[in-house]
Amino acid sequence: MADYKGVLVCGEAIEGKLAGITAEMLGGGRKLADKLGEGLAVVLLGSGVKALAQEAIAFGADKVYVVDDPVLKDYQTDAYIMAMENVVNQVAPRVLLLGQTSMGRDLAPRFAFRLKTAVSMDCTELDIDPQSKLLIQTRPVYGGNARAVFTTESLPQMATIRAKAMSPLQRDDSRKGDIVDVPSGVDASKIKAKFVQKVKEEVAGVKLEEAPAVVSGGRGMGGPDGFKQLEALARSLKGAVGATRPAIDNGWVPSSVQVGLTGKIVAPEVYIAIALSGSSQHMAGCSGSKTIIAINKDPEANIFREARFGIVADWKQALPAFTQKVQELLK
Amino acid sequence: MELIVCVKQVPDPEAPPASFKVDTATNKVVPPPGVPPVISTFDETAVEAALRMKDAKGGKITVISLGNNLVRDVVKKPLAMGADQLILLEDPVYENSDSWSTAYALSMAIKKIGNFDIIFCGRQAADWDAGQVGLGIAEFLGIPSVTLAKKVESIDGKVRVERVVPDGFEVIESPTPCLITVTNELGEPRYAPLKGIMKAAKIQPIIWKPQDIGVDPSQIGASGRRTKLVKLFQPVKEGKCEIIEGENAADAAVKLAVRLREAKVL
Ligand SMILES: Cc1cc2nc3c(=O)[nH]c(=O)nc-3n(C[C@@H](O)[C@H](O)[C@H](O)COP(=O)(O)OP(=O)(O)OC[C@H]3O[C@@H](n4cnc5c(N)ncnc54)[C@H](O)[C@@H]3O)c2cc1C
Ligand SMILES: Cc1cc2nc3c(=O)[nH]c(=O)nc-3n(C[C@H](O)[C@H](O)[C@H](O)COP(=O)(O)OP(=O)(O)OC[C@H]3O[C@@H](n4cnc5c(N)ncnc54)[C@H](O)[C@@H]3O)c2cc1C
Repeated sequence: MADYKGVLVCGEAIEGKLAGITAEMLGGGRKLADKLGEGLAVVLLGSGVKALAQEAIAFGADKVYVVDDPVLKDYQTDAYIMAMENVVNQVAPRVLLLGQTSMGRDLAPRFAFRLKTAVSMDCTELDIDPQSKLLIQTRPVYGGNARAVFTTESLPQMATIRAKAMSPLQRDDSRKGDIVDVPSGVDASKIKAKFVQKVKEEVAGVKLEEAPAVVSGGRGMGGPDGFKQLEALARSLKGAVGATRPAIDNGWVPSSVQVGLTGKIVAPEVYIAIALSGSSQHMAGCSGSKTIIAINKDPEANIFREARFGIVADWKQALPAFTQKVQELLK
Repeated sequence: MELIVCVKQVPDPEAPPASFKVDTATNKVVPPPGVPPVISTFDETAVEAALRMKDAKGGKITVISLGNNLVRDVVKKPLAMGADQLILLEDPVYENSDSWSTAYALSMAIKKIGNFDIIFCGRQAADWDAGQVGLGIAEFLGIPSVTLAKKVESIDGKVRVERVVPDGFEVIESPTPCLITVTNELGEPRYAPLKGIMKAAKIQPIIWKPQDIGVDPSQIGASGRRTKLVKLFQPVKEGKCEIIEGENAADAAVKLAVRLREAKVL
């Protein structure tokens, strides 16, 4: 059996740039690799991704494996698994990290089963046990109510990483590293589930994940009209609107603004939670916010256990006055 | 069409967070007293996806659930919603399974069923939130998989899936048989009508023991685990909320804004 060594990050590109999660994994992966005294590599799969290799090195990679092939232009499970199998057989990493993204959620479990190893999904913390050199994998479970710490003996030890759980290194363009081309090895006749097209549902305004302020509404908003008022507040703060799942399930706002375990992960300076109860699944998407502010009519609502500031009030009475005062103060 | 749905019984994920307790000595969750378990949320959505397919194309829906101490009224809910048959893989040996051993046992049961077009799973179970079992089943069976479906149609013998991604959706086409994991964007699961509940009461679940599905005993339950649970704990919350009071809601809101400015939050 091959000698498994080092940390390999499965990188992703978004619109021609290295994805934020990839830089974050390189930051986290660098620490693990240093603790192991082994190398940190990244694999970039896609079409036209070679240009990103230097950027990955600047963010901490010692080595970049580039699998640049038109067949990998769009993510397709079968193709990416074949390509990853090829890379992992060649690299034999001790630790393999993927992002908890729409690709990682799909690729990581199936790939782990293919390799007859295990994966811990959606980890928020990783460490190396100094004695056993095993990867210590911490992940929220029960919708964020608990944390579970796992180890696995089978190799490679795999984990997917939650967005914003790890910090990227300062970009350093003077860093040096190796760039290695790897053929994809994809047999196109074995791609069964095929990508046909992508339909974009753009939301106007500031991107939720990047907004400095997020104003989220919950079931208590009662309908789409309430969300119009949240938009006004969000605009004053140069922020974006988020929502809990019931607001999406009721069709008040598009699903792209859902915050939480199964929605977007945000970590703004200010998170204003209005008429939402603060369920653990929702908080999983916003607990990294710097300051959480709650407006809720129920003093017992869980959100008051999560927030730093709050008022107990009906939003219908509180919000207009709040928005007006905020606008005045920020003028 | 022959449709299969995998549903998991879980502690109610919507129970108030304050009632959630972990016994750190045994690394187990202590179910809140008086709160009955439920079918995992996304698995109900998976049942809904199968029912829509059956509404469009006809066929039969078989529901499978693996576990121990499965509450009949809970696991029968898909039957009340309109599924045709329920298979329970129920045995104490399944306690302390992990995603690997769960997927293996479910795939062996599906092999025993034999003929099927589509397997539906939830995108992730509402307790351990892993999102692995569906993909594991697909891998064990060697069939294609599509995750995070918000729409599933059968067109010209192919399955066409709308797969949710952060900025919209992808359209994926797969031949059958295949496995699809379903997300809440598919829409609300239907209510079980009274007639359905009465029908479900009359259906006896089929119970398959490990030996009935030909599993390798070393690969199921705790012995089949690939992961070791070192610790399960509840994170401590030291947060303290400063509640701003006022003469009325509007006044409190104004004072809140002023306080936030003062604290340099705004
Ligand atoms: C004491 C204890 C310790 C545990 N330790 C671990 C551990 O170390 N590692 C670990 O991964 N898990 C652990 N578990 C949870 C484990 O038993 C899970 O049931 C198992 O991992 C499958 O759930 P999942 O969250 O992985 O399912 P997911 O992969 O999230 O489930 C996805 C979908 O698969 C289907 N599905 C999943 N399970 C079933 C089922 N039982 N019957 C029918 N369909 C199903 C459903 O459609 C579901 O929506 C532990 C549980 C207990 C009680
Ligand atoms: C596996 C799983 C994944 C999930 N993923 C997510 C996720 O990603 N994101 C998510 O959000 N949810 C998710 N959920 C759902 C989650 O469990 C909760 O059901 C949901 O977050 C509750 O939304 P809510 O707070 O808006 O509604 P509720 O819990 O119903 O709370 C409504 C709140 O509004 C308050 N209110 C009502 N009217 C007013 C008023 N006029 N003025 C002021 N306050 C008012 C009430 O006091 C109450 O506190 C998930 C669930 C599961 C099982």
